[in-house]
Amino acid sequence: MEVIRHGGGNGGESGSGPPDDFRVRQLRARDMLTGDLQDSELESYLEERLLFTTFEKAANWARSNALFPATFGLACCAIEMMSMVGARADIARFGFEVFRASPRQADMLILSGRISIKMAPVIRRLYDQMLEPKWVIAMGACSSSMGVFNNYAITPADKFLPVDVHIPGCPPRPEALLHGILRLRSKVQANPPEGWRARYGGEGTEEVVGAEQEAHAENVPGRDTLSG
Amino acid sequence: MPDATGLELLAQEIGERRDGAVLSTVFFREHAALLVDPPALRDALCFVRDRGYRFLSSVHGVDYWPEEPRLGVHYELLDMEEVDRISVKVRVPIAEPQVDSVVDLWATADHQEREVYDMFGVVFRGHPDLRRILMPEDYEGFPQRRDFPIGGEPVMFTHNERDMNYIE
Repeated sequence: MEVIRHGGGNGGESGSGPPDDFRVRQLRARDMLTGDLQDSELESYLEERLLFTTFEKAANWARSNALFPATFGLACCAIEMMSMVGARADIARFGFEVFRASPRQADMLILSGRISIKMAPVIRRLYDQMLEPKWVIAMGACSSSMGVFNNYAITPADKFLPVDVHIPGCPPRPEALLHGILRLRSKVQANPPEGWRARYGGEGTEEVVGAEQEAHAENVPGRDTLSG
Repeated sequence: MPDATGLELLAQEIGERRDGAVLSTVFFREHAALLVDPPALRDALCFVRDRGYRFLSSVHGVDYWPEEPRLGVHYELLDMEEVDRISVKVRVPIAEPQVDSVVDLWATADHQEREVYDMFGVVFRGHPDLRRILMPEDYEGFPQRRDFPIGGEPVMFTHNERDMNYIE
C-alpha cells in the first residue's frame, strides 16, 4: 500500500530524491517551538505561573466576577440601580454591568423597589425562568421589609423568593448596592450550601420549551421558514 | 360661576326640577359642593353638565366612618371655558352601597368608577364592566375602607418591642 505523506504532484516515492521538505519543515517547527528556556529552567518557570484548583472553585470564580443582572426595575430604587451602571459608580469595574434583557440570560435578579401583591407572581415567574445558577438581591427597604409602603398592597420579597442579599436603605445609594453585589460575589465564591432555597421551591424551576411544546408553539420566530 | 350665592341658585334650580334632589350645599374655601340624593344623582349631574361643567376631572370614593351614610362618591366637575369647578357628592349606606353609573355621560368615568369599586366597594349600577382595576382579581375586601386592616408586616417600635415575639 502506498502512503502519500505530502502533496500529490511530487511523485509517490518517500525517502528518495531531493531532501524531504516535510522533514525539513518539521525540524524547523521544532526549532520554533523551543523557547529560550530549557529543561529545569522551563520547569521552574511553569511552576511559578501555574495554579492548581478544583473545577468548582474556578467555575465559581468565573461566575462571581460576571453576574449579569436582569434588566428589571420596580420602583424608585431602580433609578439608583441605573446610576450604578453610570460613570460615577461604574459597576463595569467588577463585571456586573451587562444588564440582560431576558431572565433566561441573567444570573441575578435585583428587586429594586416595592413589590405589590399583583407583581409578586410576575417576579416569581421571572425567577423561575432564570437558569441555574441564579441569585436574588432585595434592594431597599420595600422589598426586604416593605418600608414606608407597609400596607395592604405590598409584600416583602422573602415571602415568595429565596433572597441572597438584602440591602437596606430607602433607597440605598449606588455605593450600597455596589457593596451588596460585592458581598454576593464573595458569597458565590465561598459557595455555601443553598439548601434553604428548597423551602421556596427555588430549584429546578426553569421553564424550558420542550420539543413537544415547541411543535405546538405558535409565534416561534422563523418557524414557517424553517419548516419550508 | 358658583360663588356662595351662585351655588345656592344652582341648588335651587336642581331642586325645582326634582323635589328634594339637593340635600345640602357646602361652600368652603372658594370651593362649591352639592350633596345630592342618590336617586337624583344623574339628573343633577346632567343639569350641572349642561351649565358648562362639561369635564369630569375626577371620581373618587370616601369613607365617612363612623358617620352614616358611610360611603361617599365625589364627582369633580370642571368648566373649561370659565375655568371653574364644582363638586357633586353623593352618600350611600354601607349595607347597600349602590350608585348609578355615569359612564354613558362621561366615558372617563369607566376606570374611575372601577377604582372606587375596587377600593371602597361601591357598586355602580349600569357600569359596562365593573370589576377590580388595581387589586388582584381574587383579592378579598375593599382596602380603602376605614375598617379594613392596614395590612403589611408588623414593625417593631419601642412601644411594642415587648409584645412582638420574634423568637418563638
